[in-house]
Amino acid sequence: MNSIIALLLIQDGLTMGAVYALLALVLVMVFSVTRVILVAQGELVSYGALTMASLQAGHLPGTALIAVAGGVIAAAMELWAYARGPRSRTHLVAAALYVLVPLAVFGLVAALAPQGSGAFVRVLLTLLIVVPLGPILYRVAFQPLASAPVLVLLIVAVALHFVLTGLGLIAFGAEGVRVAPLIDGMLRFGPYFLSAQALFTIAITLALIAALFVFFGSTLSGKALRATAFNEVGARLVGISTTGSGLLAFSLAALIGTVSGILIGSFATIYYDTGFIIGLKGFVAAILGGLGSYPLAAFGAVLVGLLESGSSFFASAFKDVLVFALIIPILMWRSFSAGHAEEEEE
Amino acid sequence: MTIRTTLLVVFLLALAAAPFVLPEYYVTLLNYIGLGSLATLGIVLLTGIGGLTSFGQAAFVGIGAYATAYATTAWGFSPWFALPLGLFAAAACALAIGAVTLRLSGHYLPLSTIAWSLSLYYLVGNLPVLGAHDGITGLPAVSLFGVVLDDARSFSFLIWIFVLLGLLSVHNLLGSRAGRAIRCLRGRSTMAEAFGVDTTRLKVAIFVHAALLAAASGWLYAHLVRFVNPTPFGLNVGIEYLFMAVVGGVGQLAGAVVGAGVMVVLRDVLQDVAARVLGVSGAIEIVAYGVLIIVLLQNARAGIVPFVTRRLPAPEPLKVPDDAPSLPMRDRPARGETVLVADKVVRRFGGLVAVNEVSFTLKAGEILGVIGPNGAGKSTLFNLLSGVLPLTGGAISVLGRAANGLTSRAIARLGLARTFQHVQLRGDMSVLENVALGAHMRSRKGILSAILRLDRKEEGALLAEALRQLERVGLADSRNVPAGSLALGQQRIVEIARALASDPVVLLLDEPAAGLRYHEKQALAALLDSLRAEGMSILIVEHDMDFVMNLVDRLVVMEFGRPIASGVPGAVQNDPAVLEAYLGGAV
Repeated sequence: MNSIIALLLIQDGLTMGAVYALLALVLVMVFSVTRVILVAQGELVSYGALTMASLQAGHLPGTALIAVAGGVIAAAMELWAYARGPRSRTHLVAAALYVLVPLAVFGLVAALAPQGSGAFVRVLLTLLIVVPLGPILYRVAFQPLASAPVLVLLIVAVALHFVLTGLGLIAFGAEGVRVAPLIDGMLRFGPYFLSAQALFTIAITLALIAALFVFFGSTLSGKALRATAFNEVGARLVGISTTGSGLLAFSLAALIGTVSGILIGSFATIYYDTGFIIGLKGFVAAILGGLGSYPLAAFGAVLVGLLESGSSFFASAFKDVLVFALIIPILMWRSFSAGHAEEEEE
Repeated sequence: MTIRTTLLVVFLLALAAAPFVLPEYYVTLLNYIGLGSLATLGIVLLTGIGGLTSFGQAAFVGIGAYATAYATTAWGFSPWFALPLGLFAAAACALAIGAVTLRLSGHYLPLSTIAWSLSLYYLVGNLPVLGAHDGITGLPAVSLFGVVLDDARSFSFLIWIFVLLGLLSVHNLLGSRAGRAIRCLRGRSTMAEAFGVDTTRLKVAIFVHAALLAAASGWLYAHLVRFVNPTPFGLNVGIEYLFMAVVGGVGQLAGAVVGAGVMVVLRDVLQDVAARVLGVSGAIEIVAYGVLIIVLLQNARAGIVPFVTRRLPAPEPLKVPDDAPSLPMRDRPARGETVLVADKVVRRFGGLVAVNEVSFTLKAGEILGVIGPNGAGKSTLFNLLSGVLPLTGGAISVLGRAANGLTSRAIARLGLARTFQHVQLRGDMSVLENVALGAHMRSRKGILSAILRLDRKEEGALLAEALRQLERVGLADSRNVPAGSLALGQQRIVEIARALASDPVVLLLDEPAAGLRYHEKQALAALLDSLRAEGMSILIVEHDMDFVMNLVDRLVVMEFGRPIASGVPGAVQNDPAVLEAYLGGAV
């Protein structure tokens, strides 16, 4: 291996690691706020990539329709809650939002998609289509189970992963897609090449992490999320809506999943079921951070990315064996250095 | 005959008749239900009862299947000879993996199961010697007593005999000394350790048991379809076993069979409907499958089996034999002999000195109280004495033997038994069984004797001892109700009965009067008084002055980690330092 290949591998590893880091941060956040291990995060990534690619091809993405259908179910659940009383106006407002927002987006996309538009507009449309799925999924799948044990929430998350994978197959078919990179070209330093899109991905990731940092550190909503994560009952007592926190956490998860999908789609071919393994690697990174520490999760993500690109060069058939097997010693180190095991109530 | 036994008999009769009367197609479904039940049973034991979430069950099914596939095709072994080979391979892998990963805490464990099951999957898929992704074909059929089991009908019997044996093994295990300890692994392991249970060893044991059930399922699968490839042993299938367990009822043995039945049939029906109505297959049924699971869990979170059993009359209570032998008892120290010494005990948390040079002695037949305001370090002291936390300095000895640096399990063996400030009973277990756990280390029959039911004599002795302790504390009438249904005051008394069941020399009570009503406190005081009269030595950490003052022989008062006074209650009550600590300074 020479230094050119080494640089390529490191560049690959860092780029993928950056995306895993984003996913890991979201998983940590969603878990600490809602106790849901969001296995379906990966599907939001592939939906982001597939929607973007579909828009680039001038089609109307099926995800727009999925959002409308999900919104209708969420609205029906809100109306049902209203009918069973307390007849709070919040239910009606929420029901209206769940129906109208995806419908409006659908109309907009249907009008704009065939005309062909700029990259910026397409990114915006992709976000408008996929991000509302976050709160819709929370409302439909998890809100009725807010007090359930972690294991039940995990099973529901896995079931949701199946639902979204199946819907992805119906909406986009079995063919893989590549997203055209947002930025083309190579930067050249002597014999070394750096891909502009890779640098762009890392830059966007850093910017998003910084934005999350500001959001959690300095905004009221961010602080409310942290409060919910720290102590759910306490948060409720001081007037923070834990449902609201859950919805917000899932919206952020969808936002970051979509961005990751748009970015990652230009490095790897994305199929309707690719999201799972991508999400899993983000999950691995999150666990390396103990599902609680953001910086460690980000560090774990970069480690996973480098491990993956390194082993794909040295033993490509055994790439995933190596990635997942090498995790066990790291896990053990994390577990033992974490010290005392907390006991979870049944 | 009770409704429960009737249901069981009907199920067994239906099972025996099914292969004769059902069309071949349904017999095949029944076979897959059996295979799923066997693997899911392992998940019920491991996850539902032991609290260890595993996504890796399918990998052990794969080990069983591949072992027999390789041994029967490459070496020409008989399937019956390959079965123990596969079981051995699975047990060895489970031991190795378990030794490494089962000590992982919290969410590390489920993740590690994903990690190693994915690794195994990709490994097998890339190993040419195991046929890589194409797998191994041409497995021989199993024959039994000269009958070749090469069709779905005859194989059905073999599968269900295995399932029933598996169910029996787990059923027997759970109704035993080891089973009670296993049921306390989930969320109660600190308590279990305090009664001498080696929780790490038990975790490995149920992991191995679950792996054996899975490997048996794999062996059956391999000889049913007569070829193997990696797909049925991937992570998705591991997740599906977890689904089956959760849908059926994750803490229930019957949940394994019901869950497997529902999921196998559901998948089949959905495939059928999707193919017939829509003309396509693959996507719609996955969506419907996921939706149904979400709807089911939103409406019956505990699974199907508890949904049904809630409506049945309660199961028969455990029978306590009248003629049970008594358990061995330790020699009791003479009244007045020193049983517990704390010598300048220190515990630091970083810069905070939570317990600072606390010394006292406890004599046999005496009640010593440790009191102090909130934050005085009483609970930390309690945790030091019971071995939950290590000492930073000083020494503790029990009956003249040094107890420094011992685990809570070893300290329990020295003759210390404790209760918990936050009641640590297994709420879904009967009061009798909760108390029987206390006698865990006075008996020794292990998992194998439990499965083979060679432990009945000792089990009878354990239950009789538990009943005796319940009579001693006056709760014998409540022995068959779930411990969680008792009032808090009674639960604290059950904790004392459980501690007494371990035949202790010293009883450590952590705030036993907290949350009790007035007459419950009186009853508790009367109980402790009578125990003292019988020669028991009691150390009581308390908060409630009135309760302590009228009960104890001597007192140690703590404030900010230091002892500020000690002596008989009357003297301590008038000590200026104590008045200052409690009343905020001399006025």
